This record gives sequence, structure tokens and C-alpha cells, in this order.
Amino acid sequence: MIRVDGQGSGKSLIQVRGLTKTYRRGGEEIQVLQRLNLDVDKGDFVGFMGPSGSGKTTLLNLLGGLDVPSQGSITVDGDEITHMSGSKLTQWRARHVGFIFQMYNLIPVLTAFQNVELPLLLTKLSKAERRKHVETALNVVGLTNRMNHYPRQLSGGQEQRVTIARAIVSDPTFLLCDEPTGDLDRKSADEIMALIEELVANHGKTVLMVTHDAVVAARAHTTLHLDKGVLVEASKLEQGVVAGGVA
Amino acid sequence: MAIPIVYNIRSVRARWTSTIVAVLGIAGTVGVFVAMLSLARGFHATLVASGSEDNALIVRAGATSEMTSGVPLDSVKIIQDAPGIARGTAGPLVTPEAVLMAPIPLLSTGTDANVELRGVSPNVLEIRKQVKIVQGRMFKGGLAEVVVGKNASTTYSGLTLGKTIALGNVHWQVVGIFDAGSSSFDSEVWADSHLLSAAYNRPETNFQSVTVHLTSPEALSQLKDSVTTDPRLNVDVMREIDYYAKQSTSMTTLITRLGGFVALIMAVGAVFGALNTMYSAVADRGREIATMRALGFGGPSVVFSFLLEALLISFVGGVLGCLAVLKLNGLTTSTINFQTFSNLAFAFRITPDLLVMGVVFALAMGVLGGLFPAIRAARLPVATALREL
Repeated sequence: MIRVDGQGSGKSLIQVRGLTKTYRRGGEEIQVLQRLNLDVDKGDFVGFMGPSGSGKTTLLNLLGGLDVPSQGSITVDGDEITHMSGSKLTQWRARHVGFIFQMYNLIPVLTAFQNVELPLLLTKLSKAERRKHVETALNVVGLTNRMNHYPRQLSGGQEQRVTIARAIVSDPTFLLCDEPTGDLDRKSADEIMALIEELVANHGKTVLMVTHDAVVAARAHTTLHLDKGVLVEASKLEQGVVAGGVA
Repeated sequence: MAIPIVYNIRSVRARWTSTIVAVLGIAGTVGVFVAMLSLARGFHATLVASGSEDNALIVRAGATSEMTSGVPLDSVKIIQDAPGIARGTAGPLVTPEAVLMAPIPLLSTGTDANVELRGVSPNVLEIRKQVKIVQGRMFKGGLAEVVVGKNASTTYSGLTLGKTIALGNVHWQVVGIFDAGSSSFDSEVWADSHLLSAAYNRPETNFQSVTVHLTSPEALSQLKDSVTTDPRLNVDVMREIDYYAKQSTSMTTLITRLGGFVALIMAVGAVFGALNTMYSAVADRGREIATMRALGFGGPSVVFSFLLEALLISFVGGVLGCLAVLKLNGLTTSTINFQTFSNLAFAFRITPDLLVMGVVFALAMGVLGGLFPAIRAARLPVATALREL
């Protein structure tokens, strides 16, 4: 169950407590996230919405260990990541996080197969085992027939499918999606969302997704709004009630 | 496991225009580096080939070369009876030699260049066994005949078989061409030492050096002990090969230092070329690098990957540079031998170890050109770079 009031059971897969992120710009201090709380259980599918500059991507970067908070803590599957060293955090990302980016971020000089194989190069799997895993992941996204194609030979929707295959191939603890349909037409966006829903429903994946698109956000189990650095549940936003953190 | 090398190979290929600039810069530098060293090697090898382990050279005590030496006939006679000297059918294998310079026109330009004339004993071929007559015959003692080294024959006018040339106040007939195994003797003209000295109005009883054939290489110390302790003699004895190796030192040092300096200047330019290529590679691939970092590849993996890419570029440059100058191998050129002021023909000598040195030099340039961009790549702010267009 997803909670933003900081009153979770303590057994949540992801626990965020008092998360604050402050940037300095031209001598001025800008507080992007303010003592934010969040609990996400295994198998949850959370959508984050909010206007530009509300801190959605900052939150995603913090949850993915790509950035460090100014205050507060993030605990994932029992590991507190906020005090990890850079190299520990890198290893943690490899094991626990699958990234799905708006612009796909595939390596253009590598084939679909080689792109999907990248996270597995950080494991101890043999070449044959890696091949099996990559084929399975590409099968899940329906692209086994495109495994030797380069990104430039694929459509936007296919590129995003390869990105999804790369994100799931090492079976990470959770997936972080940053505007996964932001660069796609509606039909391709629907297909990608159907695939993400399938990963949640049939493969038990935990997904945290940032989007601008209300239609896309509506497909998540819960949609949270970021407003002035604080998380607000969509249903309560309509009632004008601030439910997350301390405003 | 590190970032796969196929990523670097294909990235280099995809950015071939800027890669070519770096490759050519490194190739040019390595080419000059290898060519200069091969020049020095060739010069050294030519002089060293002139000497033999089995021969000893005797000069006046304190003389630094044959040109500054003088050994009188009386001394030669004492030396002939010294122990350790091999004997042939006509007596001890000893050749007292007179060394002179003569200006002879070059075939290529028509201008005069100094040729080393060496007055030798008729039995010299028994002493310098690497010297073979390849055309005609050996000169006969007491006759105005010369034999000419193969390089001298093809470099100067009037030194082909059957021609007559005026040297000093005598007209000499070229009766033979000899091959001295690519040694400095190939650039010389040999004649009977007594006649040659007389042709230049020099005393026939004085020589520049005495070369003797030893009974064995180990006999040198025996000979040395004998002649250096003899109060009638004032001479130095050294192994012939050591003498010629020493003679090559100043020129090889000059060529090596000059070549090293030129290569160093070029290397600075090539390193900047590599730096430029690698910095632009890092700038262009910021999002790719950030993606790999996000996937879990650590900073050291990124440094290693970009360093490997720089090494790949420099390796290709190094190999191309080596291949480009490989055709110089064996090409004959000539220069003034500062020890004798005569023209000395020698060949570029590109050996496998020189090629390895060239490639190692290229890789060193690759490390210098790739390290800082690689470190910058590893330090890119991942979150920001992930969103770069």
C-alpha cells in the first residue's frame, strides 16, 4: 500500500522519511523537496505528476541513487542508501534499480541485444547465461526478432521496449520510469503502458513513474502529485487536502 | 566486468573524422621517431659491421681515431712479432694502413665529396674476412690499382670497374669492386699502402693504424699485454669492433638527440590532437556515459573504457606510422663521418624492437591524450547528463 504520511508499517519495500533537497542557485537557496515521506510496497505501481520544476525528476534521481538528498533518508529493501559511498551506491543501483528513460538512452553503437546485456556484464553470469536472460527479456517486450538491430533501425516504441528489456533483465528490486511515453505517439504510448502494467501484474514488478500525461498517470495504482516540494495523493488533491509531508 | 570494448571500437568508427585527425597526428610522430632512430641504428650498424671480434686495431697511444694516429714502420715490425697474431701463408696477418681523404665528384650532384682512401696490405682480405671481391679482382701489390667498395662505386663518378682515376699524382685503375657486408669499408677505396702514401707525397714509413688478425678473440689480452708493455712501442690496442662502435657514438648520439627532440615537439602536437579528440568524444557522449553510470558501471570502468579508446586510437596511429616508414628499411643514404670527415654511406635500419618502441611511444601519447578526458567522463554529473540531448 502506498502512503505519503510517514506512518507506514516499516515493512514497505521503499521507505522515504523527511526527504529534503535544496539547491543553491546564484546565492539563493531553492528547496525542491521538503521533508517528503513515502512508503511503497512490493508490486505497487506509483505515478508521480506535477508541473515543471515541481521536483518529480529530482525525486526519481534520489530514489534511484543518482543524487543525494540534503536531509532525510531512503531505505530500499532494508538498505539505507542515503549514506552510501559513491561506489557502493553504484553497485546498489546495478543490483536494485531498473531505469526507463524518456529518450530511451540506448547506446547507439550497440545492438538491441548488446544494450540489454549491459547490466548483466556487472554480474557473475556466464556468457551463455547472459544470452538466456537477454533473450527472455527481449521476449517479454516482444522484440526477439529485432535483437541484432541497432537503435537507429528501430522505431521509438521499439527503442523504448528495448529500454524496458534492459531495465528488467537483471531482475531489479524496482523500476524507475522517467516520462516513459513522453517521446511517443499515443498508440505507442498505450503499448508501452500496457507492457509496464503487464510487468506489474504478471511479473510482480514495483514501478515508480514520473509523467506529465494524466492519461498515462491514470494507469498507475496510485497517482501522487508533487506540489511545492510535497507529495499529495490525487484523490485528496481534489478535496484540497495536503496529505504528504509538512507543508 | 568492464564496459565492453566493442562499445569503444564502434564509437571510434562512428566518429571517424575526428579519430582520423588524432590517428594521423600520432602516425606522423611515430613515423619521424622510428625513422630517426633507424637512421642512428643504421649508422651505428654500418660502423660496427666494419669491425671484427677476431681483429685488433692498433693506433698511437692517446689517438681517438685513425686520423689522429701515427704508427711508424719500426713499430709495425715489432708488432708483427707480437704473440696472439694469426699467421697466413705469407707471414703474420697484419695490415699497416694509411688513411687519406680525396675529393671525388658525386654521381648525383657532380659536386665533390670526401672519399676515404685506405692504403692496405695485399693480404687484407685474409684479415677482414667479411670483405669479398664481387667484381674483378684484388689489386696487386706494387701496381697502381685500386679496389672500390660497392657503395663508393655507385656513389662517385669514375669508380666503376675498368675506369682510371687520378688520385694524388698517380692514375689508378679500378680492378675490383668489393662488398664489405654493409660496413663503412663499402664507402672506401683501397690500394697498396706504400703506393698510396707515395702518391700523396707522404712518408711510406708511417701509417695511421695497424690491424691484425688474432689467433682467437681471447688472444687480444695477450697481444695487448705484449705491445703496451714493450718500451719501444707507444700504442693503444683495442678490439676492432669496439673501435668502430666508439667511432659511431658521436654521430648516433647526435641523430638520436636531434630525432628525439623533433619527435618530442611533434608528440606535443599529437597529444593535443588526441586530447581534443577524446574531450570531444566525452562531450558528445555525455548521455551515454551517464546511462552506463546509472546502470551501475563505476567511475573506474568509465576511466578504463575511455583510456582504452585513446589507446586504441594511438595504437592504430602507431602501427600506421611504423608501416609508413617501413619502406625506408634498407634505403641507403650518406652523411659525413665526423671522425674522418669522409662521406659514409649507410642504410636505414628498422628493426622489430624499433617498431615496438614506436608503438609504445604511440601508446604513451594515447595515455597522455586520453587520461584527463577519461577522468572528466567519470566525473560527469550523472543526473544532469542523463537528460542531455
